[in-house]
Amino acid sequence: MSEFFKTSGLAVGYNGRTLIRDIDIALERGGILTLIGPNGSGKSTILKTIARQLAAIRGTVAVDGSDIQSMSVKELAKKQAVVLTDRIRPELYTVRDIVGLGRYPYTNMVGRMTDEDRRIVDDVLELVNVAELAERDFMTLSDGQKQRVILARALAQQPELLILDEPTAFLDIKHKTELLCLLRGLARERGMTVIMSLHEIDLAAKAGDLLLCVKGETIAAFGAPEEVMSKAPIEELYDLKKGSYDPALGSVELEKTEGKPKVFVIAGAGFGIPVMRRLQKERVPFAAGILFENDIDARVARRLAAECITAPAFEPVSEELFLKARELMLSCGSVEDAGTPIGTLNEANGRLIELARKRGLLKHE
Amino acid sequence: MEINEKKRRAPGRFAVVMTLLFVLLLFALVLNLAVGSVRLSLAGIWELLKRGRDASTESIILFNVRMPRMLLAAVLGGALAVSGFLLQSFFRNPIAGPFVLGISSGAKMIVGVTMIFLAGSIQMNPGAMVIAAFAGSLLITALVLLFSQKVKNMELLLVVGIMVGYICSAVTDMAVTFASEQDIVNLKYWSMGTFSGKGWEHVVTALVICIPAVLASWLLSKPMGAYALGEGYAKSMGVAVKPFRLALILLSSLLSACVTALAGPISFVGIAVPHITRTLLKSSRPALVIPAAFLAGAVFCVFCDLIARTVFSPTELNIGTVTSIFGAPVVISMMISRRRREG
Repeated sequence: MSEFFKTSGLAVGYNGRTLIRDIDIALERGGILTLIGPNGSGKSTILKTIARQLAAIRGTVAVDGSDIQSMSVKELAKKQAVVLTDRIRPELYTVRDIVGLGRYPYTNMVGRMTDEDRRIVDDVLELVNVAELAERDFMTLSDGQKQRVILARALAQQPELLILDEPTAFLDIKHKTELLCLLRGLARERGMTVIMSLHEIDLAAKAGDLLLCVKGETIAAFGAPEEVMSKAPIEELYDLKKGSYDPALGSVELEKTEGKPKVFVIAGAGFGIPVMRRLQKERVPFAAGILFENDIDARVARRLAAECITAPAFEPVSEELFLKARELMLSCGSVEDAGTPIGTLNEANGRLIELARKRGLLKHE
Repeated sequence: MEINEKKRRAPGRFAVVMTLLFVLLLFALVLNLAVGSVRLSLAGIWELLKRGRDASTESIILFNVRMPRMLLAAVLGGALAVSGFLLQSFFRNPIAGPFVLGISSGAKMIVGVTMIFLAGSIQMNPGAMVIAAFAGSLLITALVLLFSQKVKNMELLLVVGIMVGYICSAVTDMAVTFASEQDIVNLKYWSMGTFSGKGWEHVVTALVICIPAVLASWLLSKPMGAYALGEGYAKSMGVAVKPFRLALILLSSLLSACVTALAGPISFVGIAVPHITRTLLKSSRPALVIPAAFLAGAVFCVFCDLIARTVFSPTELNIGTVTSIFGAPVVISMMISRRRREG
């Protein structure tokens, strides 16, 4: 593997105090590395050290085979560019002025722009879709527009490595996805290597080739997103107690209501999700069944239901399981039919509904 | 090509503003030469200029009184505006200025103390005054910087600056208590702030210091632009932040010290003129603002000096009185409109 970016024995922190040590990560050219971890875990500290804004306490950071400490400021500025969390408020600077500043390491002593520089500025304005805002005063833009301009400025620096600290923080979902798609495009088409921290764990897994979990004194996990999420569950990483995270769905569920189930939800094929979420909001402990193990309702039920009856997938429900479900349902005292169609494999659920109706337990008829 | 036309708009505006300021300056300069207790006609001035210096009263008034005074007002006005702009770039805030941050008062204090305790009753030469004022400026700047590390809020920093200014004035007043009659007269006269009674040696001193300092400031306009985005971004683009900040502070202090030494403390020019300049240019790009602010500062001070010496003639007003009357409202309106914009 050609390692475009590599840290060896890196320790980062402030004022000589180590915050995180033994950071050994490597990234290929054109790869995207995403940092996740709780607030204050040191994501920004790592990014600042990589960007040489903060001195490493120990160890080295190498970009394209050379130690960043050995580079001149100009060399470094041509190699890497940053998007920081600092709110910038330059007064009376147009979008074009701001993006033009990205040409800093390339222009002469007084910052004179050549035709080539202007062409590059036009290109990146076009690329991040702010060309029509070029002559606008930066301070009059919306947060989403500002963030794109800040990204354009970094791209005008023509970096090989782009470092972004929570670039999606102030963006709505449309702009978040647009930004991440743009970064993926840059990585794939221009071979730009990207290292960024994200708050959105679902997007982090989807946008990054590699995931780095930051928590505690050493890094919690590093590797492919699926691998990392199975090794270091999000609940542990974020110390999540009032809810859970499903890495496959990329979705968060709020705290499960424990206790003896008061409602039995007959569900399947996604019909149960709104019912179960409603019961969660009402803080009613409930049971769910009979769900096939691979059913989407089963994934959610495991995180929300106090009890859950699951059956092996692609098989008709066994009589034994039906009796177990029947007993549990009768003990609940109330039954809700989520409306899942009844077919040959889940005919047991049809019998449960029939029984509940007869006993007058069925709600929402 | 519409885009190309738009691209040229900022420099086009720059050319218009510079031309306007040049014309205004020329007008102000001629007016300054002509108007006064002895009125000189345009033709008369032209005649005197052609003839060169001689012993006639008109010639003495033109060459030894009005011309050096007018040139001094122009150069120092420009220097003050640039000094203010440098401080504003440093603090990334348009309400920073040498006067409100107490830096001018610091310069005044050291000049005062030097006048009284070191120089005795001898008149200090302009160069020595500039050195004393520079020392005072740096002292107070260092103090303000120390505070600025603790106080991130600019408004609070201004309050600190104003307080520091009062302390400096108090020290100056204290020194005056121990001063001889002659020193008090000299100090009073100087500290009122005036361009009157200044000769060619003052003009030469001002030119020798201010012109290189303004040029050097202009050469810093590239990192100043990057610095406007904050320290982190500036560093990432390749600005050597520490030396750059030091250069900014030294140049700003030198310029404001030069003004304070040669003409006394002059208020509000450092904030009002850069603000007007930015508004006229519709841009904060330092490469454009520095030359335009220098010219605008020259125009502003030459006009203010004209008002100072003519309105209640033969009594003269302090230059600071006139610059405050015109400058302070600009600063107030700027602060209010900023507040409103920030919501």
